[in-house]
Amino acid sequence: MTLTLTKEDKAKLDGSRGPAVHMAMSIIVRMAEVYQAERLMDITAAHIDSTLYMGDATLEFAERLANLSAQVIVPTSLNVSGVDEHNWQEWPVPPDWAHKAQRQMTAYRSMGTVPTWTCAPYQTELRPEFGQQIAWGESNAIAFANSVIGARTERYPDLLDICAAITGRVPAAGLHLAENRAGQIIIRLVDVPTCVQEDDSFYPVLGNLMGELAGDRIPVIDGLQVQPNEDQLKSLCAAGASSGAIALFHFVGITPEAPTLEAALQGQPAEEIHAVNMHELRDSRRELTTSAGDKLDMVVLGSPHFSLAEFKQLGNLLAGQHRHSDVQILITSSRAMTALADKAGWIAPLRKFGAKLTVDTCILTTPMLPKTIKILMTNSAKYAYYSPGLLDTQVVFGTLEDCVRSAVAGHVVRDESLWAD
Amino acid sequence: MANEITLHGRPVIPGSASGEGLVSNAPISFWGGYDQNTSEIIDRRHPLSGQFAAGKVLAVPFSKGSSTTTAVMLEAIRAGNAPAAILTTGTDHFFALASIVADEMYAKPIPIIALNPEDFSKLESGQKIDIKQDGTILLSRLSKSR
Repeated sequence: MTLTLTKEDKAKLDGSRGPAVHMAMSIIVRMAEVYQAERLMDITAAHIDSTLYMGDATLEFAERLANLSAQVIVPTSLNVSGVDEHNWQEWPVPPDWAHKAQRQMTAYRSMGTVPTWTCAPYQTELRPEFGQQIAWGESNAIAFANSVIGARTERYPDLLDICAAITGRVPAAGLHLAENRAGQIIIRLVDVPTCVQEDDSFYPVLGNLMGELAGDRIPVIDGLQVQPNEDQLKSLCAAGASSGAIALFHFVGITPEAPTLEAALQGQPAEEIHAVNMHELRDSRRELTTSAGDKLDMVVLGSPHFSLAEFKQLGNLLAGQHRHSDVQILITSSRAMTALADKAGWIAPLRKFGAKLTVDTCILTTPMLPKTIKILMTNSAKYAYYSPGLLDTQVVFGTLEDCVRSAVAGHVVRDESLWAD
Repeated sequence: MANEITLHGRPVIPGSASGEGLVSNAPISFWGGYDQNTSEIIDRRHPLSGQFAAGKVLAVPFSKGSSTTTAVMLEAIRAGNAPAAILTTGTDHFFALASIVADEMYAKPIPIIALNPEDFSKLESGQKIDIKQDGTILLSRLSKSR
């Protein structure tokens, strides 16, 4: 298979469209060869995960593009950055880190992007549409865009997403093409009670299991008897894209490319059918907790970034209460969503409760937590999955209700009634 | 050397390299799974947790998890803490991209080679793994005592 470039592609590649486009197109074309693509194709939006400051290399890459006057040519949202730009001094973030992360923010902002600074871009005005060809980074957002919305993005990594936004072109390959979007493994829910399916914590637990079972294949979940809400699907995406390489899943009767099981499979037989019962779900839930005791230093919520509906849910849960003095509580979200929640009256009760807010980033992407924070509690499978490795903390997984109750009590309190044998 | 095995991989990013094998059947996310400053595998759920990958030939079936795997790998290459090469089953686009950007930015690509699953299953931690430009892979015992 050989790659055929259009006249305009060649102009972008040979430097006629400027040095930044040349640099971005060189990387796109080399990746097209890796994909064994025959051509490039247009995208009409992008979401940039390259904004995460990881060190000198990511900063050098961003500033090289910025210094070459790179500009995006499609509407482009930005993922979380390496620092809460205006509030980082409230936490023990090393100043050198903060300044370099801010330089990286400046570099990506200079490219004509929309500074959304969020890992939930599907909950902004730049939410893509069904069938739209896009280039998105950020694992949870990729899964959400493909699965829940039915937009089409390949699983794009950092450093490639911005090249797509600058050139407007991607290899015509992977999940951009309808034939590559068929389900490959059926995950069938068997004897999972409706009361479990309705619970918020079912979705991160199922997502964690789905990622392990499917690996890099496209799972089709069959047998759901309830209608999940958007934030439940969001938590499923984040979980499956952490434990596995999930970029697309189908939920029969729920997600847009899966009106039926046959449609989700595009008429092909599945490679594997796996029955999931309560036993496996209990194991998956157990895996998300690494701490054995009931000690707790901080409740952390908002991975992916908290939505307006989640702020409302939390505001109602903790109204009139106050956190225990031994337990901190932190919510991570975007500036825009936090402002909306404030207007709607959901931030005041959080402040009264003793909660703190961080925007632009999260605990995994900026070194903000004091060393005294050793045990976290969260309702997010993504926080639960990555905290032990990235932050060297232990973690307890629970529902939002469990998290609030624990913050008030000063120790871990979990309602086990849904999950008891 | 006795017990030498020759495999033929597909060079996704061609190059030659040599090192001790660090092999697992479990996929990995470098973000949250690989310390770019020490090369330690830090995903505490991963079978290779606690091992150091710098200079070794890392073999995992594919990259999972975070999009930032590529950024962590680029940082590790820049800092001299990357594996000598990475072997996968099938084409892994994340490892390929990080190696391409490392080439564009620092002229330091590392070989990324795709093996079929049967050949991948012949890899073992502790073997000496030699990778040739054309994707030929020689497996042999490490001469040092282990």
